[in-house]
Amino acid sequence: MALEKINSYEEFLAYCKEHSHSLDIKKGVKGIGEETHLISICSSSGCHASLSQEVYDEFDKYIKENKLEKKIKLSITGCFGFCEKGPIVKIFPEDTFYIQVKPEDAPRIVDNLVKGDKPLLDKLYVNPADNKPIVKQDDIPFYKKQKRIALRDCGLINPESLEEYVANKGFAGLANVLFKYSSDEAIEILKNSGLRGRGGAGFPTWKKWDIARKVPGDEKYVVCNADEGDPGAFMDRSIMEGDPFSVLEGMIIAAKIIQANKGVIYIRAEYPLAVERLEKAIYILREHGLLGDNIMGSGMSFDIEIKYGAGAFVCGEETALIASVEGGRGEPTVKPPFPAQSGLFKKPTNVNNVETYDNVPFIFANGAEAFNCIGTEKSKGTKVFALAGKINNVGLVEVPMGTTLREIIYDIGGGIKNGKAFKAVQTGGPSGGCIPASFIDTPIDYDNLVSIGSMMGSGGMIVMDEDNCMVNIAKFYLSFTVDESCGKCTPCRVGNKRLYEILEKITNGEGTLEDLDQLESLGTIIKDTALCGLGQSSPNPVLSTLKYFREEYIAHVTEKLCPAKECKALARYSIDPKICIGCDICAKKCPVEAISKTDQQAKNPKLFIHVIDDHKCIRCGTCAMHCPVKAISL
Amino acid sequence: MGKEQMSPETQAKYDELEQFIASKGNKEHELIAILHKAQGIFGYLPEDVQRFIAKRLNVPVSKVFGVVSFYSFFTMKKTGKYVIRVCLGTACFVRGSEKILNEFSEKLGIQPGNTTADGLYTLETVRCVGACGLAPVIQVNGKTYGNATVQSVGQILEEYK
Ligand SMILES: Cc1cc2nc3c(=O)[nH]c(=O)nc-3n(C[C@H](O)[C@H](O)[C@H](O)COP(=O)(O)O)c2cc1C
Ligand code: FES
Repeated sequence: MALEKINSYEEFLAYCKEHSHSLDIKKGVKGIGEETHLISICSSSGCHASLSQEVYDEFDKYIKENKLEKKIKLSITGCFGFCEKGPIVKIFPEDTFYIQVKPEDAPRIVDNLVKGDKPLLDKLYVNPADNKPIVKQDDIPFYKKQKRIALRDCGLINPESLEEYVANKGFAGLANVLFKYSSDEAIEILKNSGLRGRGGAGFPTWKKWDIARKVPGDEKYVVCNADEGDPGAFMDRSIMEGDPFSVLEGMIIAAKIIQANKGVIYIRAEYPLAVERLEKAIYILREHGLLGDNIMGSGMSFDIEIKYGAGAFVCGEETALIASVEGGRGEPTVKPPFPAQSGLFKKPTNVNNVETYDNVPFIFANGAEAFNCIGTEKSKGTKVFALAGKINNVGLVEVPMGTTLREIIYDIGGGIKNGKAFKAVQTGGPSGGCIPASFIDTPIDYDNLVSIGSMMGSGGMIVMDEDNCMVNIAKFYLSFTVDESCGKCTPCRVGNKRLYEILEKITNGEGTLEDLDQLESLGTIIKDTALCGLGQSSPNPVLSTLKYFREEYIAHVTEKLCPAKECKALARYSIDPKICIGCDICAKKCPVEAISKTDQQAKNPKLFIHVIDDHKCIRCGTCAMHCPVKAISL
Repeated sequence: MGKEQMSPETQAKYDELEQFIASKGNKEHELIAILHKAQGIFGYLPEDVQRFIAKRLNVPVSKVFGVVSFYSFFTMKKTGKYVIRVCLGTACFVRGSEKILNEFSEKLGIQPGNTTADGLYTLETVRCVGACGLAPVIQVNGKTYGNATVQSVGQILEEYK
């Protein structure tokens, strides 16, 4: 079909009408024309790494070979969130949910559809609770407690199809803002919705926009923060890959309200697929007159450009981000002035996170009540979390604000891997803290998380089990901060380094009780004196673990013991004499000749049981790795 | 800068870069995009390339160097034929990626951030490649391997020789 430009509100409505059936088959209604089935394959990064492209190609080949193109359609879609079980393939209109599909499964699946047989049992998700296979997505426990607003299109629409986006109320929000509401009314709706920034601090979005729109200026910027620096978080990436139009629509709405004419998306260089999707979406919107000059014939002009980051965590901080977009070193500056007053190229600038923008079209299409009826008193709507670590169902989950950790970890996440004990969950990335098991029933919202020593952050949620050493985790985050500190202010540059050194001393078994006090006082000073949010929050992982897992720190310093057995220097390797067969492999492999044989006979009387000299041992673990009978352990 | 003695291949690379810089209007604020492009063309950012860029943008070399050294994505060292990146993002870390890194380090006889003497392998660490569901994750020349184990290190190296 030739691309048509949408030149007025009427033309927009006509476009919506024309494509209103694009999602029918996915909603369980009969397909258009001869179409009997639709095979929808996840094409986001997680499934991509599990070879979803090969799966797609194999389906494509088999369908063409059998001349089924008219009946069985093939399509890509965004992240379903169930990344651990990828690649995911969904069959419509039946709504069958297949997991871990391999290229060689394609012919079987197509044949099965042609014959009209029951779903293939071996490709369904099996509920671990009762060992029964589950056919439909909504019946899988992982999805039951979720509520999808930010991810409303992810896994539903083809991220490269404007028709499908529009069929799910896309651009209805923008149309309302352009033709129905004054900017005062729009701000009022946003205020009523209760939307707060999803990038970390939870600043009310309406307030930010209200300030930016009141600052005079004929050139203003709308910036989307897609730096997603928290390692282990992938919400923003999944949204951009699965629903790029929504992020762009949110930015256009912001631009209309604050009267900006230029937009910038600042995105990590590590996200090539998200960039590709955004570029395609920008192109499509320009072709349709939804971006560029005279949007929807409303007289509004606004365009969006993509700018790359280059691997610096601090560039997620808004003033540093702006410095980086200007082509310089991404060093933060003191606020005020805030970006709304003097931001990109010294012009008034509004910076929001990807998920924040992504929520905006929903609010303006469905009304503030559709949003504020969900959540807690001060935190409305939902939050997307990237659930990872020692959990059964790693993936992307979206829950109403106020959901408890227990619901997320056990009901949605399926509990801890390998039946181990839950120990802690880390939220807020390098700026957040570790929450111990005793808070498992705390409802998650901005304020509750802060009150228990952590923070919402962007939504990374890392689950840890009994095998994770909390001192080592604190050290891990500190090493991250030390790497990423831009070096501009001393408390952050030097203070964090000192914190790291003390933690290193402790994990090496050389710490003292005074070191623990030192960690606490130094951490507090850094928080109070650092220049930007990076330094002001960097001691949080240390302070929260010290508060909740002090006994673990004490074991490291007084008993020289790592209870989780993770700290190598405190590990004691030993050979179990009951298992040792005297083969001598360990002694030969040991790089420092710390292993020798005793005079005690092994099973074979010609061979002798071995022992490790702890003073010589450098704890490299080579012996344990090579022991054929696994007699060596910590 | 001795452009005369350049091999035709190198010359072609500089030409490509020059065109790109011109397409960006020789603007200083495009520096990061230009460095991305340059690293794509040359594989790394040697001093000569930085000088070249500085001249075209009419900024001091120190400005270019300041930006290159600030961002971890940019490298001034030539990389090997195969670039192995072990993810040390939190999701991968709690699932034991440090052990995998150590294994690579031991097997290749180099520390992270370095290249083997034969120029075959470069070992690097990254902070999350966005495939946390498959943690621990490693990438070789952009290809992702999920659920990596210490045992799989040897097999992966076998694949790239
Ligand atoms: C060290 C540091 C890193 C940050 N990283 C990010 C990030 O990766 N993504 C993000 O959206 N916000 C990040 N922020 C928060 C931003 O400064 C800013 O508050 C946010 O983009 C505002 O958007 P919001 O109001 O929609 O949340 C970071 C802040 C700090 C101090
Ligand atoms: S933490 Fe390794 S891929 Fe995200």
